Amino acid sequence: MTINPDLQGRSYPAAEVYDVGREKIREFARAVKATHPAHFDVEAAAALGHRDLVAPPTFAIIVAQRADAQLIEDPDSGIDFSRVVHADQRFIHHRPIVAGDRLVAELHVDGVRAMGGGAMITTRSEIFALTAGAGSVGDDPREAVAAATSSILVRGEGQ
Amino acid sequence: MTPTFSELTVGQDIGSRSIDVTRTDLVKYAGASGDFNPIHWNEAFATSVGLPGVIAHGMFTMGSAVQLVTDWAGDPAAVVDFQTRFTKPVPVADTTGTPDAGAVIEVSGAIGALDAEAGTARVDLTVLSAGQKVLMKAQAVVRLA
Repeated sequence: MTINPDLQGRSYPAAEVYDVGREKIREFARAVKATHPAHFDVEAAAALGHRDLVAPPTFAIIVAQRADAQLIEDPDSGIDFSRVVHADQRFIHHRPIVAGDRLVAELHVDGVRAMGGGAMITTRSEIFALTAGAGSVGDDPREAVAAATSSILVRGEGQ
Repeated sequence: MTPTFSELTVGQDIGSRSIDVTRTDLVKYAGASGDFNPIHWNEAFATSVGLPGVIAHGMFTMGSAVQLVTDWAGDPAAVVDFQTRFTKPVPVADTTGTPDAGAVIEVSGAIGALDAEAGTARVDLTVLSAGQKVLMKAQAVVRLA
């Protein structure tokens, strides 16, 4: 199966809401061996001016990889997950992710480039927080929180 | 102590850290992140797809390396931009039942650029395991007072 070149330019709208919980921030922080008190102690986070526990700088990968799954699991994409290698990653934070945020991600396929028998695919998840009162995923108002850009290399046969 | 922008210079060292990694750490990261790709926890699967063995998630390496910057900055929210390329896998040996690490990641950082207008400093990270650079262009932009 080869990678579908028509993926380039495709977008997947925001689907499910990701509710950021305190215990998830603590669990993720421990998993990346982070020790800063703002990840664990609400008072320490408040002392730095934050509304609640602050997520580590790479926490948005949880939301971004859920968005990426829509593409990888799309039968039309031709991507074999077992042949995927993560090539690069970037996070741009417009504001920190904090506990209590209700996040949604829009996925954009920015690039598809053939490499040998495989392909390099670049995706961008634009992550928004639903603001108070927003009823459902598609409704405004929402606040831009972060952009997560990643490139994955899908290895071809024999690569 | 939070660093002050006006006191920073390009090339300045922000410190270093050594991170021990075990197979258990990879299982914890899989659970915390939701990335259950078996190349990060199943030896037979990893070797069947041509890897030397179980390897760390690139995002584990990226996520643990940035703690040096977070702690230096004094506030995790100060990291406004963070990027890297994953150049070499980090194989993690199975040391289950022993006190030994399965791999060690060595992180050091230095100021790579300063932007006075934005009030930001770019920290360039050097990230090694078993003497090889495992991340390239690992750069964190930090907003400082």
